[in-house]
Amino acid sequence: MKIARTAAAVALAALALTSCAPPTSDNAVSSSDEQTGTVRVWLFSEVNQDPKSAVVKEAVAEFEAAHSGAKIDVQYIPVDSRAERFKAAFNDPSSAPDVAEFGNTDLASYVASGGLANVTEDIKAWDEARDLDSKILATTEIDGKNYGVPWFVGVRALYYRTDLLQQLGLEVPKTLADVETVARAVRTANPGMLGISVGGAAQFSAMPYLWANGGSIATREGDTFVSGLDSTESREGVAAYTRLLKDDICPAQTCAEFGGNASVQQFIAGKSAMTIGGDFNYKAVAASAVKDKFAVVAVPGKTAGSVAPAFAGGNNLGVFNSSTHRTLAADFVKLLASKKYQQKMFDSMGNLPTFSDVQKDVAASNAQVAPFIQTLGAGTNFVPVTESWSTIDAQGVFTGMYQKIVTGKADVNTATSEAADAMNKAFGAK
Amino acid sequence: MTALAPLQAESPRGNNSTRPSGTPTADSRPVRRSKVKRGLEPWLYLAPAFIVLIALLGYPIFQLINVSLYDYRQAQVSGKAPLRFTGLENYQKLFADPQFWTVLGNTVMFAAACVVLTLLVGSTLAVLATRLRPWVRSTLFIVSLGAWATPAVTGSAVWLFLFDPTLGLVNKTLVSIGLTQFAGHSWTYDKWSGFGLVASEVVWCSFPFVLVTVYAGIQAISTEVIEAARIDGATMPRIARSIMLPMLRPIVIVVTIQSIIWNFKIFSQIYIMTNGGGIAGQNLVLNVYGYQQAFAASLYGLGSALGVIMTALLMAITLVYLRILKRTGEAL
Repeated sequence: MKIARTAAAVALAALALTSCAPPTSDNAVSSSDEQTGTVRVWLFSEVNQDPKSAVVKEAVAEFEAAHSGAKIDVQYIPVDSRAERFKAAFNDPSSAPDVAEFGNTDLASYVASGGLANVTEDIKAWDEARDLDSKILATTEIDGKNYGVPWFVGVRALYYRTDLLQQLGLEVPKTLADVETVARAVRTANPGMLGISVGGAAQFSAMPYLWANGGSIATREGDTFVSGLDSTESREGVAAYTRLLKDDICPAQTCAEFGGNASVQQFIAGKSAMTIGGDFNYKAVAASAVKDKFAVVAVPGKTAGSVAPAFAGGNNLGVFNSSTHRTLAADFVKLLASKKYQQKMFDSMGNLPTFSDVQKDVAASNAQVAPFIQTLGAGTNFVPVTESWSTIDAQGVFTGMYQKIVTGKADVNTATSEAADAMNKAFGAK
Repeated sequence: MTALAPLQAESPRGNNSTRPSGTPTADSRPVRRSKVKRGLEPWLYLAPAFIVLIALLGYPIFQLINVSLYDYRQAQVSGKAPLRFTGLENYQKLFADPQFWTVLGNTVMFAAACVVLTLLVGSTLAVLATRLRPWVRSTLFIVSLGAWATPAVTGSAVWLFLFDPTLGLVNKTLVSIGLTQFAGHSWTYDKWSGFGLVASEVVWCSFPFVLVTVYAGIQAISTEVIEAARIDGATMPRIARSIMLPMLRPIVIVVTIQSIIWNFKIFSQIYIMTNGGGIAGQNLVLNVYGYQQAFAASLYGLGSALGVIMTALLMAITLVYLRILKRTGEAL
């Protein structure tokens, strides 16, 4: 047995020495561009799937009628396991789709993996594209090239309970400082109620505080990014947000673990007076027990009348580098992301359009989206567009910073410095 | 697997040596040939097991070590960036990272607590089971087998429901008996309370294994031995200490090694119950940390280094145990 073990060890060492490099795949741009055949499309599955399927089916029928010999094969993949699906597709191009829907925060890491095709020229040649919201389009851009077409956006605004504020004679908050005072006042009067439900892990609720105070997550400096979390302005923003996660507003015991969804759930359950929720949460809130007792305004900025820059979330449609139907794929993206189908998606799903003019149209005829459109109009912001962001996100650097502060493990200065260091390390690890 | 493989391997060779050698002739050459044959024969018997082991264990471990020596991220895997051999850089990075040491400490402490508690609960119940009436014993077994059969994911979800801050049965019960400070109490807010919650779930779903094994061990002790001791005037505690425990030792050791390995590798329970590692990563253990680095953050090289470290640690623990066994003359 000893001989066997030694032999095995020697064999392993020999294999290692002969530099058996770990496997890599060749994810080169496909050279073929077939004009017929099947275009495979991945879209995210939804909790309420039917309306999405109906709109997509319509688009597929229109596309197939216009492109003879082309077929669209749509597969709905779960959002939760998207990382595995996309990585597998990048590693094995033969199992990859031609077109896919993906979250805009994932874009940079997909591009770094060489998975997404550059669609800058397609966007330039597309006449509808000039109406695309420039701030939103910028989220698809790396080094001046676009790697996706924004399909819909998601922004967050301030949901509040009209009845509670009225009872206490409180005015709708006009500044971020007001939000804090109103939240505290409501909880003082109703100790069983959260003043505003926010979460230690709800990064997109925290970002407006950071940006409204003039802070930044990171800024591009030459080839790399440098974290701005340890600046005075950022620290002010972080401090302002973490002040909400105190016993007199949203106790850390309860709220430190909340993500965005959990915070909104508290509001839906009637347990909080305010929350920062997305346009995509509106339907659920409007169908809940508080449906007649709430209203939405844009999250206010530091001064009255201003709007805090919101995080421009949303999904893009993109073409895979390995696609053997490059032109067809791009054409289908342009159809599904067109004004016509974005309008249809809004009508059936409530997804906010990415075209400025369509945004104005839907806001004019649908009062409930007005605060979200106003937020978009006031200018949005985004996470650093670099592959390192997904590493930072996965390691929980940004949310960990807030959680450390609200649980008393670190003060604002220490936590922000630590987070900035961790981020800079990740940015530098290229 | 690693613990048992060499021992299984030894038996065929042992049997073989007692067999008469090849056809006896006056010529010496066939004898030598048969000696060669005899040298090969055990390997032939072992071949199927070896092939399976190499395919299922050797190759993955080789790749794990291999990947850990490279700067291997998603960009490298999908061929966008060049593959770079970095030697031990990933290990250096880990060893220089204070978080790694915290996580390692967490893992060791958490695993140790789980092992001790599992063994304690399991053995106590096993001893109890030998003294219970048959129908009570059957009930105990059925209930614990139910816990054992519950998948880790389901078990964790159920425990989370039970310990939910606002809607959980535990908090509601505590409040109803007058402990109002538990209204809305989060069991995962504090690091140690979080670990305690997960540990209780782990013990709950792993004590039945100890219970069943130790119970079987106790049943296997022949009554004559106990009877003889009793006639010699040994008291019950003395019988337990000097007769039963030594006879149960091999079983206890196997169960301990198994528990150590299982609890060291815990993933699902921590991942689900503390939502991927707890507030600001306070409840991270090595396996979840490795997953976070390797798969969530796509740092495959760094994650593999973590995997290698874990494998090495577990091998070391197992080897130490086997050494102890051998020294006391109680090979498995």
